Amino acid sequence: MTSEMTARAPLVELRNMSVSFGGVHAVNDVTVDLYPGEIVGIVGGNGAGKSTLIKTLSGAQRADSGQIFIDGEPVSINTPRDAKALGVETIYQTLALADNLDSPSNMFLGRELVTRWRTLDDSGMEDAARKVMTRLNPKFQNFKVPVASLSGGQRQGVAIARAVHFNARILIMDEPTAALGPAETEQVRGLMRRLQQEGIGIFLISHDIHDVFDLAGRISVMLQGKLVGTVNKDDVTMDEVLAMIIIGKLPEEVTKTELEQLHG
Amino acid sequence: MSVVEAPPTQSDTPEQSTRRSFGSFLRDNEIDTRMAGMIALLLVIWVGFHFLSGGTFLTPRNLWNLSVQTSTVGIMATGMVLVIVSRNIDLSVGSMVGVVGMVMAILQFEWLPPLMGLGNQWIWIITIVIGLALGALIGAFQGSIIAYAGVPSFIVTLGGLLVWRGFAWLTASGRTLAPMDATFQLLGGGSRGSLGETGSWVVGGVACIGIVALLVLGRRRRRKFGFRLRPMWLDVTLGVFGCAVVLGAVWVTNSYYLPESIAREVAEERGIPWPQGGLQIPLGIPYPVLILIGVTLVMGFIANRRRFGRNIYAIGGNPEAAELGGINTRRTIVKTFMTMGILVGVSAAVSIARLNAAVSGLGTLSELYVIAAAVIGGTSLSGGIGTIPGAILGALVMQSLQSGMVLLGVGAPMQDVVLGVVLVTAVAIDATFRRRTAR
Repeated sequence: MTSEMTARAPLVELRNMSVSFGGVHAVNDVTVDLYPGEIVGIVGGNGAGKSTLIKTLSGAQRADSGQIFIDGEPVSINTPRDAKALGVETIYQTLALADNLDSPSNMFLGRELVTRWRTLDDSGMEDAARKVMTRLNPKFQNFKVPVASLSGGQRQGVAIARAVHFNARILIMDEPTAALGPAETEQVRGLMRRLQQEGIGIFLISHDIHDVFDLAGRISVMLQGKLVGTVNKDDVTMDEVLAMIIIGKLPEEVTKTELEQLHG
Repeated sequence: MSVVEAPPTQSDTPEQSTRRSFGSFLRDNEIDTRMAGMIALLLVIWVGFHFLSGGTFLTPRNLWNLSVQTSTVGIMATGMVLVIVSRNIDLSVGSMVGVVGMVMAILQFEWLPPLMGLGNQWIWIITIVIGLALGALIGAFQGSIIAYAGVPSFIVTLGGLLVWRGFAWLTASGRTLAPMDATFQLLGGGSRGSLGETGSWVVGGVACIGIVALLVLGRRRRRKFGFRLRPMWLDVTLGVFGCAVVLGAVWVTNSYYLPESIAREVAEERGIPWPQGGLQIPLGIPYPVLILIGVTLVMGFIANRRRFGRNIYAIGGNPEAAELGGINTRRTIVKTFMTMGILVGVSAAVSIARLNAAVSGLGTLSELYVIAAAVIGGTSLSGGIGTIPGAILGALVMQSLQSGMVLLGVGAPMQDVVLGVVLVTAVAIDATFRRRTAR
């Protein structure tokens, strides 16, 4: 699987990215990549720099150095708008929904459809929302209520629908299931697999290692702003990934005693 | 998706659905329950005062005056809704009315007549254009400091409250400027400043056609996309109710007649012989109210049908999400304050026209009435929630209370006490209501 992927240029490559906040290296010379139809997990403890790294791709954070490539071409992403224009959609941990607006308005937040009179095309937006949501969650019917009154899973559904509607090629999901119950988590996982089958590349940021093991093909581990390494899920055990997260040692470097101490 | 009836929500147990049936019926049919409640409240206030005052409240004369008195606050309240929805506040509008009013007065009183000749028909137009431009400029200036320098709007406009009041005085060294240009005066809705009988019926007729057209177009659009339609009887009821309100209001304004002395003048001008027993000339819709209606329509359109408006609501709901969604939040904030400034210009024009004079204290404390109108009308100070028609109703509720108390002979200090209590009570009820329906 990996050999045939490396033959092509990756869908996205973040090369030698660095971000610092007042002398603290939040992200220090990190390189990760992603292929079409692949889910890459980015894991690490709190403050490891996962979210900051990925924000450089979503346009929410400027990198101090490094270069982003999409389809092998260098691109410059300075604002969320730039990222969206390149097919990068982000689903944030905080959901990034305006609670007072209904789901169609949220789907089209900042990219509202307008009629030829330059007025908002609410019916058109509702129609598009209904079409996407039928694909994702056929039971969903609450198109006219503020998203504040939706459940966590439904809200996540709106955020995902937004990405799907705008034909994301690259999807960034920052802790997509952190706020969800078990059934809703399963629903979101199902969605991610479906998107993956459609050829979308997904960066999954999570500190839930089970989530990542369940979904991702490759796992990139960060610790204190640095990349510990990227491993194929099938080649490692969960404990070995834990060792990378906690003590920053690759599976070939870590000793048996260290692995046992992880559970001590 | 082409079925007309929506399938019932699955989570509804029978008892839940009966308990919520009326509320959800209204919601399913996109009827604003808050609005309906406010209209009911207004009617209660009106009928209450009518009885307490021994039948003087619901008279054409009182309602006509009430509508004129509501317009200056109402015009600004529509802009204040958007400012508050965007999680900001504008405390400077009263002082802005002062300085903009002063500049407009000095233009038509001192600067333009020597250049163009006294009574030139262009004077009032140029005055208004410059006044609105000045309002827009001040608004944009304050908005830029808020959006780009990151100073909280409370502080910027608190500063503005002092600065613009100071400039209002400095513009004419504290003099009172009067009178205004003859045409300009009409904007204030004095005895000559209204549309007259025929014109008012025409406006009412056009409004009715508009209401029906909106309902029909709404149905057509929903059918095109295969969405659920309102039941026909409900649309018909809404249409009939809307037209009845409009035509009723026109009838009221047409039932208020010019006082005899002015009626004599008008009769003379038109060459009508003064008949035995006098002549009853209906006033019709006052110009300030016409302006208020126009402003409400434009602002409602901006708030609901334009991207700019939707973006303001998005910023109020979640500024971070708006930014991440690609909305240019800073520019939107500047434009919001600019809109507020233009409305201040409109309101200032009506104010000085009505007073037929400009004084440097013009508009003092009106920021508080404007904010109160928006808030009583359901605008939430935490942002994201508020409607333009709500603010107009809020302004009308406040003005009704004030006029009603005047009719009852309640003194000014007690009026303030009542208004203050009503403001807080309205918000408290609203907050409880909102918390309940959020569940």
